Parts: sequence; C-alpha cells; structure tokens
Amino acid sequence: MLQGINLACIRGDRELFKDINFSLEAGSLLQVRGPNGSGKTSLLRMLCGLSNPAAGEILWRGTSIRSLSGDYFAAVTYIGHLSGTKDDLTVIENLRISSALAGSEISMSQASDALKHMGLRGREALPVKVLSQGQRRRVALARLLVCSTTLWILDEPLVALDVMAVKLIQKLLEQHLQRGGVIVMTTHQEIEVTATSIMQLHLA
Amino acid sequence: MAINWFKYSSPASFYLLAGKMVPVFVFISVILLVVGLYVGFFVAPTDFQQGEAYRIIFIHVPAAWMSMFLYVVMAFWAGIGLAFNTRLSSMFATAIAPTGAMFTFIALWTGALWGKPMWGTWWVWDARLTSELILFFLYIGFMSLQAAIDDPRRADKAGAIIALVGVINIPIIYFSVQWWNTLHQGASVSLNQAPAMATTMLTGMLIMVLASWMYSIAVILKRTRVIILERESHTAWVAELHKKGAI
Amino acid sequence: MFMWIIKRDLLLAMRRQSDVLTTLFFFIIVVSLFPLSVGPEMNMLRTMAPGVVWVAALLASMLSLGRMFSNDYVDGTLEQMLLSPQSLSLLVLGKAFAHWLVTGVPLVLMAPVLGIQYDLPTDALLVLTAALLLGTPVLSLIGAIGAALTLGLRGGGVLVSLLVLPLYIPVLIFGAGAVEANMAGVAFDAHLSLIGAFLLVSIVFAPWAAALSLRVSLE
Repeated sequence: MLQGINLACIRGDRELFKDINFSLEAGSLLQVRGPNGSGKTSLLRMLCGLSNPAAGEILWRGTSIRSLSGDYFAAVTYIGHLSGTKDDLTVIENLRISSALAGSEISMSQASDALKHMGLRGREALPVKVLSQGQRRRVALARLLVCSTTLWILDEPLVALDVMAVKLIQKLLEQHLQRGGVIVMTTHQEIEVTATSIMQLHLA
Repeated sequence: MAINWFKYSSPASFYLLAGKMVPVFVFISVILLVVGLYVGFFVAPTDFQQGEAYRIIFIHVPAAWMSMFLYVVMAFWAGIGLAFNTRLSSMFATAIAPTGAMFTFIALWTGALWGKPMWGTWWVWDARLTSELILFFLYIGFMSLQAAIDDPRRADKAGAIIALVGVINIPIIYFSVQWWNTLHQGASVSLNQAPAMATTMLTGMLIMVLASWMYSIAVILKRTRVIILERESHTAWVAELHKKGAI
Repeated sequence: MFMWIIKRDLLLAMRRQSDVLTTLFFFIIVVSLFPLSVGPEMNMLRTMAPGVVWVAALLASMLSLGRMFSNDYVDGTLEQMLLSPQSLSLLVLGKAFAHWLVTGVPLVLMAPVLGIQYDLPTDALLVLTAALLLGTPVLSLIGAIGAALTLGLRGGGVLVSLLVLPLYIPVLIFGAGAVEANMAGVAFDAHLSLIGAFLLVSIVFAPWAAALSLRVSLE
C-alpha cells in the first residue's frame, strides 16, 4: 500500500540518506532505526507529505502522494515530536479540536471514552499546561483511538511513557495492524508487537 | 542556430556558458555607456527651459525604467522557479534583486538631484518618485527575506511568493499613489511632463537605456555564477574546477 | 472546519486576554502620542487625525501578526493543520478572520473615541469607523502572507514589517482619504468601494498565497 522508491534527503549541503526503498502491505509495520541525526524524522515528514524528497517518489496505493494531496491526508495520522496540543486548551478540547481539524469530528462522549482509555480519567477539564510530559503524550496519542485512518506515522511514540502506557500503545498498534492498517514508526525501544510482517529500516 | 537550450538549464553547463558571455556584455555596455554619456553631456542641446540641469535625465530615466523592468523580470524567474522547481531560474531571481535595488536607488538619488534646481527642494511627493520609493522597499523586503532564511530552497520559494505578491500589488500601489497625488496636489510639477525632446536627446537616452540593459545582463550573469558556485560547492564538478585551478 | 478553526482561535484568545488588550493599548498610546509631539493646536490635529489613526491601526495590526501562526508552529499544531484533508486556504482564511475579530474589531470600536480626542466631527467619525471596518480585514489577510513567510526566522518580527507595510499602502491611502474627503465635503463612497474591492481581492488571493507560504516554511 505504501511504497518508497529511491528516496533521498538533503539537509543543507549534507546528504542524510539516499536510495531508500521499501514496500508495505496492509497489516505491516515498518520500524525506522538509526542514530541521532540520521534523518529518521526527515523520512517520516516526507512520508506524511510535509516535505518533498530530494529524489525518488512515495506511492500510496500505487499513486504518487503529491498528486493525491487531500485524499492522502485523509488516510494518514501523524504524531510527531511536538505534541500538537495547545497548552491553554483543556484535555478534551484539545482532542476534539485536533480530531475535527484532521477531518473527523467526534462527540463529547467519544472523546471522554478515548481519554478514559488512555488513563486520563478525571483530567478531561484540566488545561494541558498543568499535565506532565507523559500525560501530554497520552493526550496526543488519544487521537489514535478516535481516528479512522489507515496509515499511522509515529515519531518516537513511546518516549516519556510509563510501562503501563507502553503496553497500552503496543496493544493499540497490534489492533490497528490486525484491522489491516499500516504503521511507520521510529523508536529506540524494542517493540513487542505481534504482527504478520514487521520490517526494519536502518539509516546509517 | 541549433542551440540546445535545455543543456544550459543545468547549473554546471550554465556556469561555463555565462563565463564566456560576461566579458562580451561588459565590453558592449562600456562602449554604449561612453557613447551615451558623450551624446548626453556634449552633443545634446541645452534645454531652453531647464538649462544644463536637465542632463541628469540621461541617467535618471534609464535607471527608473530598469528598476521597474527588473522587478518584473525577477518576479517572472522566481515564479518559474516556484512552479517548475528549476533551481537556475530561482538563482537568477536572487541575482537580479541587488541590481534592481541599485537602479531604484540611482533613480531616487538622481530624482532628488534633479528636483533641487527644478523645484528648489530635494524631495517632492511626486507620484513617480513616491512609487519608486515604494518599489525600493519591495526590493529590500525581498532581499531581507532571502537573507534571513538559511535553507536555500526555502529562501528561493519564499522569495518567489513575496516577489509575485509584490508584482500583483505594484499596479495597485502605483494607481493609489497617483490618485493620492492628484488629490493632494500642491505644486503642480511632475516628472511626466517631459519637454519636447530633440532627436539627439532621444538618441542619447536610448543609448543609455541599452547600456543599462547590457550592464544588468553582465552583472546578473556574473552574480548567478557566484551563487551557483556557492550552492554547488559540495558537488563533483565544482571540485574538479577547483583542482584545475579555474576558480 | 472553518467554524472549528475560528472557534479554536477565539477560545485561545479568551484564555489569553492580555494579548488582545496589549494590541489595543498600543493603538491607543500611539494615537495619543501625536498631540504630545506636534502640539495641541486643534485645527492641525483635525487634519492629521485620519492619517494618524490609520497609521496606528496599521502598526497595531502588524505587531499582532506574530501570534497568527508562530504559537501553533512552536507546539506542533500548525504541522497537524497542514496534514488536514480539508483545504489549507480555507483554514488560513479562518485564522485570518479570527485574527481580525480579535485584533481588528477592537481597533474599529476604539477608533471613534480616539477621533474625539482629535475633535473630528460626528460624520467624519462614522466614515473613519466604516473605513476601518472594511480596511482592517485586508490588513489581517495580507499580513497572513508575511507571517507565514517569516515563520521561525531570526528577527521575524522586524522582517514581517518590511514585507507587509509596503503592501498596506493602498489601504492606508484610501482609508485615510475617505475621512479627508468627507471632512472636505466631497463624496467619499468611491474610497470605500475601492477598499471593498481590495477586501474582495485579498479574500480570494491572500489565503491561497499564505497557505503556499506555510507549506514552504514548514518543509
């Protein structure tokens, strides 16, 4: 479903990577690994369509993502380094607004169910600025529960999470793969996800 | 004339071609400049209304024309670079900006020099001078924006957007200023009421315009060469030039 | 989604009311400085008033441009907006509209009070308010392009003024011109129609250019 062909990335004068090839079918997970500064985040941003590869092409169901644009964005959920939450808004406002802007409006009860599932019960009405780093991460990841997208692109989703939350997320990823979803993620931790196909991509 | 133009759209081959072209244009522009200034300052007759002071138009008018032309040319190349992702056209646009700004500045400066004997003051809020001043701001904005961005690709694209927005706005700004000027007309002197020109005056001016064109082309090509070297410094062909001692 | 983005930005402005008030007080202070610098001679102040109020409105609107995208850029919500399946231009239009509601409308409401400081006659006050009402959204829309282009740059705040102030000139000329025409007893409706035309043109083009700028800046 998602295919990368001869991808290359140049930052300033430096070539971060080139000739990256992969092909992901429904239900498969791609783990991107590599040391700091090897271009993991750059690759993920490329796959989202936020930046263009210096060379090569990215195909979604056989069509270039550049020509798909809006239709492609409707199939992708990206959770990056930055939490994508507003400090001044409450937890539930953040989730509802970010879902609405991503194209799927959700009701109050759907939102509070998702937050409950992420272990944020009782914190729905707190502004995000009073939350801890791990809790903010949970707010961001709660979007995965309410979105209906096929491709998840996750940049270090497990960072700052405690053991319980890591288990929760891994379960979520497993369920998504079983439904036929596709995941591309970076992580320094070993992930314990059982899936039909787990691929690894090493950036030098 | 079977020139393969596409060959020269790659920075490496354009670099070499431009290197050959620069001396030619420098030569032509120097000749035209000398002839034009001679005609303007010695051959053309003294104006019976304005005396000798009018001779500044041999510099002022070509500079004012060039400043406007070059902005449009710059926006054109920047737009091509944005639409077709061609690096060379964006480099062109970047190379044009300082020359355009320089001509704008010359037009303002000589306009002030002309104004002093004509109107007894260095500056009048004449519609043309005011538009020229705003054009100068637009050039400065374009150059400052590009200078503030480290990544050359982002600088190219951001510059292109502001240049295109500017080019759409120039007619609007020009007509607003003109309207404003007619509403607030104090002294009814204007630069557009040029006195009837003798043929030699016209000839001198046209030669100066041509000289400015040739000068602009020479300088822009030269500057594009420098930008190419700067941007392509990590590539093999630049390293090879360096080895041969060509840089 | 258009409504969501407006709702969101208004909610954020409500939670940070001090930002809104800062812009408004900046406007008031700048306008009040002029009589102190040129003297309280009423006839002169009356002639200067339209220009002074408009220039102050330009500066106030420009100073608040930084907030339009940069906070969203820092916390990653802007990145998410770029990944929205809906049109980014529409989203930018929503943000510019919210920016106008938060910074432009208070200026419009305050302008008649400041006009009284300058002893403007009542009908001139009305024309001033009408011109500002039509003109300030243009400032937010054009400003959105500048704000998007300078996102995350060193010295972005000063740079944005270099980029957008020359583009504000037509609005300034006809905005102040409308009031002057009214005070001189001439028809001013042509001025207002022209500002209206600027508004229509910028509603069509500015969001598109700003959306393109955002994609360039976030690449």
